[in-house]
Amino acid sequence: MNSKTFGERLFDAALYIFLAGIFVVTFYPFWNILVISLNDATDTLRGNLYFWPRSLTFESYRTIFRNPEIWSALQVTVLRTIIGTALSMFCISMLAYSLSKRYLLGWKYFSFFFVFTMYFGGGLIPTYMVIKSVGLIDSFWVFIFPGLIGVFLMILVRTFIEQIPGEVEESAKIDGANDLQIFFRIVMPLCVPVLATIGLFLAIGHWNSWYDSYVYTYKPNLKTLQAVLVKILNQYQTAGMMSDAQQLAQSSKQIPVSTESIRMATTMVATLPIIMVYPFVQKYFVKGMMMGAIKS
Amino acid sequence: MKTFTKVRENPQVPALAIPQRKTWMKFKQQKFLFLMMLPAVIWALIFAYTPMVGLYMSFVNYQPTLGAFWQTLFSSEFVGFKWFDYFFSNGDFLLIMRNTLASTLITLLFSFPMPILIAIAINEIKNVAFKKTVQTASYLPYFISWVIAANIIVTLLSSDGAINGLLKFLHITNESVLFLQHGKYFWWIVALGNTWKDMGYSSIMYLAAISSINPELYEAAKVDGANRFKQIRYITLPHLKPTIVILLILALGGILNAGFDQHFLLGNDLTKDYSDVLSTYSFRYGIQNGMFSYASAVGMFSSVVAFIIVVIVNFIAKRVNGHSLF
Repeated sequence: MNSKTFGERLFDAALYIFLAGIFVVTFYPFWNILVISLNDATDTLRGNLYFWPRSLTFESYRTIFRNPEIWSALQVTVLRTIIGTALSMFCISMLAYSLSKRYLLGWKYFSFFFVFTMYFGGGLIPTYMVIKSVGLIDSFWVFIFPGLIGVFLMILVRTFIEQIPGEVEESAKIDGANDLQIFFRIVMPLCVPVLATIGLFLAIGHWNSWYDSYVYTYKPNLKTLQAVLVKILNQYQTAGMMSDAQQLAQSSKQIPVSTESIRMATTMVATLPIIMVYPFVQKYFVKGMMMGAIKS
Repeated sequence: MKTFTKVRENPQVPALAIPQRKTWMKFKQQKFLFLMMLPAVIWALIFAYTPMVGLYMSFVNYQPTLGAFWQTLFSSEFVGFKWFDYFFSNGDFLLIMRNTLASTLITLLFSFPMPILIAIAINEIKNVAFKKTVQTASYLPYFISWVIAANIIVTLLSSDGAINGLLKFLHITNESVLFLQHGKYFWWIVALGNTWKDMGYSSIMYLAAISSINPELYEAAKVDGANRFKQIRYITLPHLKPTIVILLILALGGILNAGFDQHFLLGNDLTKDYSDVLSTYSFRYGIQNGMFSYASAVGMFSSVVAFIIVVIVNFIAKRVNGHSLF
């Protein structure tokens, strides 16, 4: 260790500074929103909140949890995350199992049928029209069905299934098991690691999605947390474009333009579940990503 | 029916009947596999292929008020390429293409080298705790939604936000810069936002490539007197080159896909001339203004061009890599 030259030490120092910079850049924004969300809402208007709350309070969190809109949004979001993830995992793994059998009748055509959808689609407007014409507008199922199958995730599962030794299934077949039994009793239990990976991808996708709720639902009781957050962001951006005098006039009229602390508290509520589960699931994501990369 | 059973019983079946019978037998054997595929097939037909049929609306004069979608669609007046013509001849096309390309290219400029630098730096660091901390923090932005990211970015960039605080502290500026109200900053904000969100996660690919390098190479280089910088220059980078080339080619495949979320969420009326990209433009005309056929034509233009680019890129990647990435 002592044999390090001056140049080596300098090099090490540069590396540490660079990575410390990366740490600050990726971590500080989260710290900053936490600080603002914990600060008194009126005091926040004075600005310059960087490292510590000036007047610590949980009032912003109390305010948003008293708001029925946020409660309902939280419920819808949790519900869609659970139902959507479970249904997608189920349908994706069944598809992956079928497509892992290269002897499947028309395997080539079915594979193309699904993979093609990864590269070409109808785009925003025709998709909107289809969703409207199948009656999913203002329905909870609009969160579940249009995104039911993720072809990329299916490929991950299929690759995993293909690595299971063929003998395992063959011996079950000799014992008289059909494909359904083999899938549920043998393949699914062996697939737990890959199912956990895609389950996490799907759950985070559901938790984070806003577009479907924003565009396809009008009923307030179908708005998800992220869609509510978009609305709050829009209000704030509009407020930010008004002059101070206009803002003052608005706030004196008690029009509920969300203050920054409340906006940040809402952001924290939408982020917190991810921050909390994320350290535990990080290694699965990394593995999943590696699997996707190595697969080809 | 009678003839069918007869054929099956007859050992001297005509040659033509065999494949048909075999296919049917095979299908019966595999019925559960087809059953398991059924939900996905129905899903693809409804939510992936029907919208492709719906692209027909780009060629008609679709009137949304006339009734049910499919009826109206096929009874609408056929106008050929009128909407495409309208898009190309109207000044918006150049503006939208400029914004789309500027946004993706500036993003590439930042977001492409950063993961490589991060992976190399992390690989060189021996302190495991520090390494883990940096990695954990750097992946985090990838997992939050663009809505949350936009809220964070707007807050950091606000007139009394942390970035303006820093700029004032360093005496770079004395007055707050209103970043999100001037179009000239917009592409850079999106580019840095994209980089911030994805750089840590993208570095995983490079770390995987680095971990497959034989450690003996470094030992040998050390014996030969190569310092750390030279080891990176002559061992790590050459080994990363195939990964870098493939990822760069693939990144170029997304050149028309500027990302709807970030442009829609960070853009506003004041920055519209810089923030409007193909996807947000199509959204605004279709969903918000009800010009469905026009918006659909714009969307179709971008999907077709993007598809062609992806096919070309995939072909090049195949050539470079020896086999397809998909």
